Amino acid sequence: MALPRLRVGRLLAYVAAIAIAVFIIAPIYLITISAFSTFDAVYEYPKNLLPSHLSMESMNIFLDSDGVKDSLWRSVWVAVLTIVACLGIGTPAGYALARFTFKGANPFQLALVSTRAFPLIIIAIPLAVTYLQVGIDDTIYGVALAHVAFTLPLTVLVTASVFAGISYELEEAAMTLGCSRFSAFSRVALPLALPGVAAAAIFVFVTTWNEVFAAALLTFTNRTLPAQMLAALDTSPLPYRLAGGFFLLAPALVVIFFIRKYLVSTWGRVAR
Amino acid sequence: MTTIAQETPLARRRRRWEVLPYWLILPTVVYLGLFFVWPMIQGFGLALRDESGNWSFTAIETMWNDAAFPEAMSFTFLLIAVIVPIQFVLAFGMALLLNARLRGSGLILYIFLLPLAISDLAAGIAWSAIFTERGYLNTILGGVGVLEQPFIFLDPTSKTQLVIAVAAAEIWRSTTFMMVILFAGLQAIPRDYIEASEVFGAGFFQRVRHVILPMLKPSIQVALLLRLIFAFEVFAVVIALTGSGATVLAAESYKWQATNENEHVAAAYSIVILGLSLLAAAVVLLVLRTPRERRLK
Repeated sequence: MALPRLRVGRLLAYVAAIAIAVFIIAPIYLITISAFSTFDAVYEYPKNLLPSHLSMESMNIFLDSDGVKDSLWRSVWVAVLTIVACLGIGTPAGYALARFTFKGANPFQLALVSTRAFPLIIIAIPLAVTYLQVGIDDTIYGVALAHVAFTLPLTVLVTASVFAGISYELEEAAMTLGCSRFSAFSRVALPLALPGVAAAAIFVFVTTWNEVFAAALLTFTNRTLPAQMLAALDTSPLPYRLAGGFFLLAPALVVIFFIRKYLVSTWGRVAR
Repeated sequence: MTTIAQETPLARRRRRWEVLPYWLILPTVVYLGLFFVWPMIQGFGLALRDESGNWSFTAIETMWNDAAFPEAMSFTFLLIAVIVPIQFVLAFGMALLLNARLRGSGLILYIFLLPLAISDLAAGIAWSAIFTERGYLNTILGGVGVLEQPFIFLDPTSKTQLVIAVAAAEIWRSTTFMMVILFAGLQAIPRDYIEASEVFGAGFFQRVRHVILPMLKPSIQVALLLRLIFAFEVFAVVIALTGSGATVLAAESYKWQATNENEHVAAAYSIVILGLSLLAAAVVLLVLRTPRERRLK
């Protein structure tokens, strides 16, 4: 009830909420109708604000351009690799932070939080140099390795808060009934944590799908979608850019729907 | 202690558990050591060595004398100065709206959260469709009769216009990030406090000024801190909107690595970004510090 109780205040609140919502949706709407319109409609002026020339023309030109489909697949692969590695490495650490009090737990947690104070740009350049020496430059594995480094701290913190929300007594009960430590975790705690772990996976997905600086520096020919888009910005036609922009932005509409609950509770807590 | 033989099976199990957490965090520690801490140290090494591997300030000097350096520096700071204050007020307002439990708040939350998953590259592309000469903004302004001729918003010779365009896209994209942190903090404020102030006749603005803002201070601190750190990394949105009309620190770092193939100067730029981020973080912590005894919880 932070806002005025008065009717007028209430009305103003609705007006403000709708105005902001329109401000947020307008660019998404405009890029969507541009991406799904004819080539001519993209160049026409004045523009039509309603989707009047719906067509797959621009979209097909984008998808059939050199390297676009490949870069889309690479983006998906990098995302899969990053998510699997991140959860594989990070979930145990998150579990440890949630379940055990051990010496070094606090410094460990603090270190994870403080990784965010360091711009990821500073890591990307040395990695590019190292990759050249090791021979994994210009590969999706190199990009995925970098993306894991960027997302691992958040994964650990998010999974820790997920496990902290699941009663340890359930695992203890399973153990008195004959479960080992591990099977109590895998058969009791993990299934209960699955929605939260999935949310962590989506956090990771969003980062790797969007990340452009490192991806563009670590690859030359095997580019992910954002890297491909960045490289083609000043050489590609407008319909190509708009269709590509739509592809970059589209997952947001879906993933936010699934993690909107976690975003506020978990993110808010993690940010403290 | 001395008679280990007498240790019960249960105690032994407990002892084994004591090392278990360390095994569980070990992969994370090793990975971050290899792919976070070590590259960071290497970054300093790169910036402070020349091509032949000797310690020198060559890269720093090259950066310092680079004509693009002051330009990138001033554009980055200008952007932050325009974006962050507007963003803070807007994010706070959005958080208040979410907290007001309006009807349809589920839908409002969904829409308000959308930009969180949108990259700065996508934001830059979407807003370039709006700002371009034959774009949507000119269509709308021409349609309502404000403009007779399309206006060139993305004029590469006008720094002011470029700043406004990039700021619009960045405010659109990254305000949500602050909003989430502020909203989470707002929810943690006990409703009794706010209701009590209402009972004593505090108006809306008095409540914000004397109850909500002071209690929200830790969240404000975190939101500003993280937002400022990310603001120094601003990159793709600038390239997408301005082309080569404007440059920022991250874009210069990228250019030196990818185009000029000089990782030393690229690293020097990235160290400047790191230094500025840490400086900004320190300033926020100092200005908004909360005495321990006054903290909630």
